[in-house]
Amino acid sequence: MKHVKTLNKCNLKETAAKGGCGECQASCQSACKTSCTVGNQKCEKADK
Amino acid sequence: MRPFVLLCRRKVTEKTMIHKYQLNGYNIVLDVHSGGVSVVDDAAYRLLDFLDAPMAETCPQELLDRLSGEFSAEELRDAYAELYEMYRDGYLFSKDDYAQFADRMVSSPIKAMCLHISHDCQLRCKYCFASTGDFGEGRKLMDFETGKRAIDFLIEHSGSRRNLELDFFGGEPLMNWEVVKQVVAYAREQEKLHNKNFRFTITTNGILLTPDKYDFLNREMSNVVLSIDGRKEVNDRMRPNAGGRGTYDTIMPRYQDFVRARKASGNDQYYVRGTFTKYNLDFGEDVLHFNEMGFDQVSVEPVVTDPSHDYALREEDVPAIFAEYERLAKELIARRKEGRGFNFFHFMIDLDQGPCAIKRLRGCGCGNEYVAITPDGDIYPCHQFVGMEEWKMGSLYDGSFDTKMKDYFARANIYGKEDCADCWAKFYCSGGCNANNLQYAGDVLKPFKFSCELEKKRLECAIMIKAALADAE
Repeated sequence: MKHVKTLNKCNLKETAAKGGCGECQASCQSACKTSCTVGNQKCEKADK
Repeated sequence: MRPFVLLCRRKVTEKTMIHKYQLNGYNIVLDVHSGGVSVVDDAAYRLLDFLDAPMAETCPQELLDRLSGEFSAEELRDAYAELYEMYRDGYLFSKDDYAQFADRMVSSPIKAMCLHISHDCQLRCKYCFASTGDFGEGRKLMDFETGKRAIDFLIEHSGSRRNLELDFFGGEPLMNWEVVKQVVAYAREQEKLHNKNFRFTITTNGILLTPDKYDFLNREMSNVVLSIDGRKEVNDRMRPNAGGRGTYDTIMPRYQDFVRARKASGNDQYYVRGTFTKYNLDFGEDVLHFNEMGFDQVSVEPVVTDPSHDYALREEDVPAIFAEYERLAKELIARRKEGRGFNFFHFMIDLDQGPCAIKRLRGCGCGNEYVAITPDGDIYPCHQFVGMEEWKMGSLYDGSFDTKMKDYFARANIYGKEDCADCWAKFYCSGGCNANNLQYAGDVLKPFKFSCELEKKRLECAIMIKAALADAE
């Protein structure tokens, strides 16, 4: 496409249906301890 | 604590939401509810000023007329067609239909614990939210019995969750090293009996980080957070020892040595982690200093404190902080392109394999999936609530545990918080830090706007970095 370049291949809505297993890391444990950032965490499942 | 009924003040709506912005020469569009991120040209960017769902298949004549002075009709038609394709594929103007998952935003098993193994510290960091280590409750170390009870509590409340996390925190955890080792050994025994998998992490100030501890730390700790603020003068100003002397010269060589050993052991998960204040609004220099000292996993975060302190960040500092984040983002891009990139925690974003939407809806998990335990065995929603008596959830010694408070935190998600449902960054910060909200905005459910602004800027930079790196490929 000439005018638009979409960077991601995954739709967040698709992850909702299969998600929520809760096996992933609690966000605050990763490095921050003072500021919440969830979007940079990893999914525990290799294939959602 | 506020009654549950107030938590349902916001209803999930089916609104669409995009966030578009220009940064470092890129026109970026985030479709909030699909997570779709696109880089668009000027014609498409301009068209988006006038579009929303439902989109017509072809560009309306009135839009062609309206923008005829800026772009040719052909350009506009082509750009519109591509935007329509995005819309059709669900990456533009997707609806907020997450209401169907509302039942997933409820009480969960506890899977993570912050174990305050030490309420004592050798340092007197000026911004310490733990009142220089003791959380205002007196200097003390956790005994093994309390540590055992904490492991038992976590296993008992973890339901079907297999992966359990335990962060050794303080104060300074290495001041209670023998109990750290005992607790790990006990948890390793118990995980076999209960089919669990413990992941340990530890946060240290480095003073007692000596080679005799490396093997254990590298074998047992899935992550080690190494606290230091950056350049020598920056670190030593805010992180003196009890005698008032700076700590940089002691801890920097220890961290370098430890990280070398950790990588050699095959475990490269660590963070060098600092805090920036009003005194180093050029904190990007501290991030780059870490990189130049050989570290490639870096986190430097804004101080969160009472605005009355001279080192506190205030609204007036926001333009300088934004400019520094942008400068850092550009430098990071340049270093990646040169093959010497590094990770900056707050610019990390995975557009394809990040957390699922359910996790993003739930937020940080404080008080619900995550609790903190004090040396006395008291239970709090997280480490930042420790010492606030009204937020004590229970005790490992009398068996009490406030499940109503747990339910309260379970519902402190993005659809329960004031303004979050209408914010474009909601699926990335997931409602912010509950403790910060309480301390500085006065309410767990009221976002602390200053933190929100910084979070949004970091997110814009993180996405822009993705765009720039994709552009370079």
